[in-house]
Amino acid sequence: MRETPLSNCERQFLVQAIAEKKRLDGRQTFDYRNVKITFGTDYGCCIVDLGKTRVLAQISCELVAPKMNRPTEGILFFNLELSQMASPAFEPGRQSELVVKLNRLLERCLRNSKCIDTESLCVVSGEKVWQIRVDLHLLNHDGNIMDAASIAAITALCHFRRPDVSIQGEDVTVYTPEEQDPIPLSIHHMPICVSFSFFQQGTYLLVDPSEREERVMDGLLVIAMNKHREICTIQSSGGIMLLKDQVLRCSKIASVKVTEISELIQKALENDKKVRKEGGKFGFAESMPNQRITAYKMEVAPVDTGDIGKKTEDLIYNSEPPSEFIPSPVVCAPGTGQIGEGLQNSWGLEENEDGEEAEAEDQAMEEELQTMDVKVKSVKKEDPITLSDSEEEDVVILEPKTMKKKVNVQASSTAASKKKKKKPVH
Amino acid sequence: MVSKESFDRATLEVTLKPKVGLPGVAERSKEQCIRETCAAALLTRLHPRTSITLSLQTVHDDGALLACCLNAACMALMDAGLPMHCLFCGVSCAIDQQGTIRLDPTAREEKESRAVMTFALDSTDCRVMMSSTKGSYTAAELQQCIAVCQRASQSIFQFHRDSVSRRYCKA
Repeated sequence: MRETPLSNCERQFLVQAIAEKKRLDGRQTFDYRNVKITFGTDYGCCIVDLGKTRVLAQISCELVAPKMNRPTEGILFFNLELSQMASPAFEPGRQSELVVKLNRLLERCLRNSKCIDTESLCVVSGEKVWQIRVDLHLLNHDGNIMDAASIAAITALCHFRRPDVSIQGEDVTVYTPEEQDPIPLSIHHMPICVSFSFFQQGTYLLVDPSEREERVMDGLLVIAMNKHREICTIQSSGGIMLLKDQVLRCSKIASVKVTEISELIQKALENDKKVRKEGGKFGFAESMPNQRITAYKMEVAPVDTGDIGKKTEDLIYNSEPPSEFIPSPVVCAPGTGQIGEGLQNSWGLEENEDGEEAEAEDQAMEEELQTMDVKVKSVKKEDPITLSDSEEEDVVILEPKTMKKKVNVQASSTAASKKKKKKPVH
Repeated sequence: MVSKESFDRATLEVTLKPKVGLPGVAERSKEQCIRETCAAALLTRLHPRTSITLSLQTVHDDGALLACCLNAACMALMDAGLPMHCLFCGVSCAIDQQGTIRLDPTAREEKESRAVMTFALDSTDCRVMMSSTKGSYTAAELQQCIAVCQRASQSIFQFHRDSVSRRYCKA
């Protein structure tokens, strides 16, 4: 769906308000929106809310062969997806410029800064290394996707635990989480992106633009920094020309913000660790607040199924018994079998009967199939069907004609005109 | 580019995204099940030549995923205010190796079971709108599972009613 264009008066209103140092949501120029981090039940899964912008991150790992030119290093793979859930403007399938830009920035921020120790991901040099895959899904777009995505990615990477591996000579054993506790990734530092939006050719600056502000901005400056005040990535886009001291000022603001956000991430990680160690409940369902009217939780609800047995017994007893007749497949050409087409109803279920033997196809069967009637055993209507577990299940296996033919044995007189094909599963 | 516009009814598009990796055939088949159920419940003929998009994102999968998607779809359609002639719910059950029927199986229970079934049941008569099954079972077991799921759907519909009344009540 195409994005609704921003009207001129709305644009003017926003720019005017920014010139008067007013923001629509009442924030100050350097204020961040409320950041909320929740972890899921799996290790490496987290949702980050930056105001109303919401990003879901999931880390997974796999043993693969390493790259040719880097035989001792693990592989990091990033994938940020803009779901159609986030905004109707994001259409599925079409890779827009925005997605490419965000992915590239994320890669530069996290891979090129060497925040994850890839050497520690090596298992067998040149043969097996861990590939860490970071999947980010944007669940709601309210501006500043980059910041939210970088916080989600680095938090999830810190939260993730990979399976323990042991190497004995040539054998590599990967332990399941039950056998050995999984171990965390080795992370040197935590780079976090901070976005600055510029208006009126660089005159006015806002930190953490919301979606409306992003629409009217002239240019964007993204600085990725860690809490040790090291700049990991800088990107300036939109074609605005910034002065040197403007960039320096932004980096100072960024270092303050990054310190705050890093503290928040650490606190969230520690809380989660504490809850898991104490055996309490964790996960998305638990972190959902109870008091909101838009949220509702129900505990495990028991279902009374006492009289189900009797009801279904009556149901089956009163319904039509399944057809006894199963036509054998008609083989038109080697490798193809045809069942039921143009012939009678062939979805009858088999019943286990005494005295019947397995029969294979016969040449005569093909002609007889045309004239075959569905013969229902008269005995069936009288016996009530019991729901016993000992009822055997029979599986019909298609066989081509070339298999060796067994003699067509006819059973008792009541089943004289019945043909059946049965192969019990061993 | 073929237009999916339909002259006499609304077109429904369903997208289900897994948490890790690209959507594959399993997701497409679940999308198909969900689309058929929703199209049966929605009054699509009221809005011809329009398109309704339903996006689902897996946040955590611990079994009974299709049932969860169906429940989410129904609540979302209801919250969006789209006219439907009935609500529906998704219920999942598994038959383990001993023949016991377990409602709402976890991922581990699903793996160890002999058959897993998911049904979409409507709210007016509790009839089966869609069924998706995997594994082997007898006709009698199928009837038992349907009856059990119909019983369980009552709890789910009660939950629907409670959460909607909570949202819209004045107190």
